[in-house]
Amino acid sequence: MALKRINKELQDLGRDPPAQCSAGPVGDDLFHWQATIMGPADSPYEGGVFFLDIVFPTDYPFKPPKVSFQTKIYHPNINSNGSICLDILRSQWSPALTISKVLLSICSLLTDPNPDDPLVPEIARAYKTDREKYNQMAREWTSKYAM
Amino acid sequence: METRKLFWASNVSKNRHRSQSHWTRSTVSALRVPVFPTLSSIQIDSGNSSTELRMDSEDDMAYEDEYDNQEDDGDDSNPFPPNQSLNKARADENDHIDVDEDDLDDSQNTADASSLACPRICTPDSGDYDVLSTEQVCQYMNDFVKDISNILQLPATTTRLLLSHFNWDKECLMERFYEDEEKLFKDARVIRPTAGDRQGSSSKSECNICYQTLKGSEFKGADCGHRFCSVCWRSYLTSKIMDENVTDKIECPAHNCRILVDDGLVMEMVGTQAAVRRKYQHGITNSFVISHRIMRWCPGVDCLFAIRLRISPDWVCVTCSQCQLVCCFLCGDQWHDPATCLVLKRWKKKCADDSETSNWISANTKECPTCHATIEKDGGCNHVVCKNSACKSEFCWICLGPWQPHGSSWFKCNRYTEDDAKAARDNQEKSRYALQRYLFYFNRYMNHQQSLRLETKLNNSIRIKMEELQQHNMSWIEVQFLKKAVDVLQQCRQTLMFTYVFAFYLQKNNQQDIFEDNQHDLELATETLSGFLERDITGQNVAEIKTKVQDKAAYCELRRNALVKHVHEGYEKDWWEFSL
Repeated sequence: MALKRINKELQDLGRDPPAQCSAGPVGDDLFHWQATIMGPADSPYEGGVFFLDIVFPTDYPFKPPKVSFQTKIYHPNINSNGSICLDILRSQWSPALTISKVLLSICSLLTDPNPDDPLVPEIARAYKTDREKYNQMAREWTSKYAM
Repeated sequence: METRKLFWASNVSKNRHRSQSHWTRSTVSALRVPVFPTLSSIQIDSGNSSTELRMDSEDDMAYEDEYDNQEDDGDDSNPFPPNQSLNKARADENDHIDVDEDDLDDSQNTADASSLACPRICTPDSGDYDVLSTEQVCQYMNDFVKDISNILQLPATTTRLLLSHFNWDKECLMERFYEDEEKLFKDARVIRPTAGDRQGSSSKSECNICYQTLKGSEFKGADCGHRFCSVCWRSYLTSKIMDENVTDKIECPAHNCRILVDDGLVMEMVGTQAAVRRKYQHGITNSFVISHRIMRWCPGVDCLFAIRLRISPDWVCVTCSQCQLVCCFLCGDQWHDPATCLVLKRWKKKCADDSETSNWISANTKECPTCHATIEKDGGCNHVVCKNSACKSEFCWICLGPWQPHGSSWFKCNRYTEDDAKAARDNQEKSRYALQRYLFYFNRYMNHQQSLRLETKLNNSIRIKMEELQQHNMSWIEVQFLKKAVDVLQQCRQTLMFTYVFAFYLQKNNQQDIFEDNQHDLELATETLSGFLERDITGQNVAEIKTKVQDKAAYCELRRNALVKHVHEGYEKDWWEFSL
């Protein structure tokens, strides 16, 4: 079941790739993927290419995939280990969601961070109180780590 | 310091142990699922058609039929199947509760606010409560759902979800139902059932989970309209029920759809997986007992019975007819008269947390006036040099003022009236006093608890003695006084134990003096009685000791009742002031 579904998702991704994103298996193991997200144009991450690691659990899609950033990023909801604080990857996961939808959600998280539920409080504070500084830092990190 | 610390640590660990055991007891209900009886032991008479949530697996299919019947059967309007007198009794009880519930909210509020209502002691034959087995709980729940579903003209499955949303408060549900039906369904995350069937269309389509193209008839879903194939449904529900322990409120698998899946669909989809079925049914029953405010699982270890109150749920003492545990219905702890639930809760928290450790620290150590490092003096003179390498300040241990003005030739603390030093000393005095006071009550509380535990041993030795005496030409009836005395002793110990909790938070006044006198008197009598019982009663001295024991036991009982009565009177007349 899991394998069939992952295969199907892979085909769909090839046929109709979502904007700004791509994903595929790392080697022969279909349960381990790598994905890339291009920094959205209207965000300080513009121009950056971010790599993500995706691991599917054996009972996928009934359990959410484990998605983490491999590229360092300055973002209130993503910490230095690359962990992402996103509801649909935890409590709000639904088996009807797909990797492509998850990647799109992450893209929109890059454009619109959620500082009220932060994983890195300092960045959230910067985002809320000193947007200019946040933008500058995010741009610096992007050019340093993601270009 | 080490020894004192260890002493404290041992106390703390005792507490931990105690609270641990309490934890196990109080969460038995939450963890009840794995300890349910095995299938065979709780099979219900399969001819009894009014049991929907059966505990057996043989009649699994009948279960679904039952639900179908429920939905189709419009003329099953009799809310009480002509089954048993039990149902009649239940009807009476429902009426009874209806009457009570008007003032229920008030009593609930006062109980929450101060818990200063007088306790009510219910005996098993008073008819104030009954003890139900798990099957009876199921039956009661199903009857309950059936009643309401008949009134609201909704399928039983939908009714259960709605009731569960309102914590089984039928009054609240009905009020809201007639007030704003649409909003009610929206809030409860339930779709109002329509006549349309739940099958998909006949054309082929793709399942949104496994992406397989299947015939429309293979698709199932809740009334929200999201359809998935049976295989995915089964995997989804199994993962929810078995891995995530969700039974009460399972949402539709579609993203952002929060509509709840009803029992009918779950049962249909789970199919023949007995373990999942059982866990689901147990989860539903469990949540029924936990959230229904007139129900509570017996907190007894391994006791599978539930207590159903027929009076308003207040500070009520109930006895489980199955395991004989005497407990408080309101908090589920052992019966703790004269301390109220709130007081007991504070006490337990205080015993469990480390606040007394910090009290010990503040009572037995001082802080460096410069760097605030905690210092314990282990000898030497009062000229203290802080060992903190970044500080190294010199100060006087007595007044905590800087050493400089004390002079270097001979110690002479002439800084005694200095304000800062005085404040520091006062603080220390205060925490020392608080610690002493706490330890005073704590030690007495623990003593009685310990003795109470040892009394099981005494119980056994008394039983042996009773048998011995019967061989020494005494009749059975003549030795019963011993058993009676042990019972009295245990009751007194339990009451005494909680009087210390009560007294710890009590503020001084005249009534408090009377209470302490009562307590002192009872304690003295109890210890004497305990002494009598533990002394060797032989065939020779039994005649003389018998009168003594009987007198003392009678006196103890009298004093215990007097004490409890005085406390209750105080609750009624508002004598007690607590410093919580």
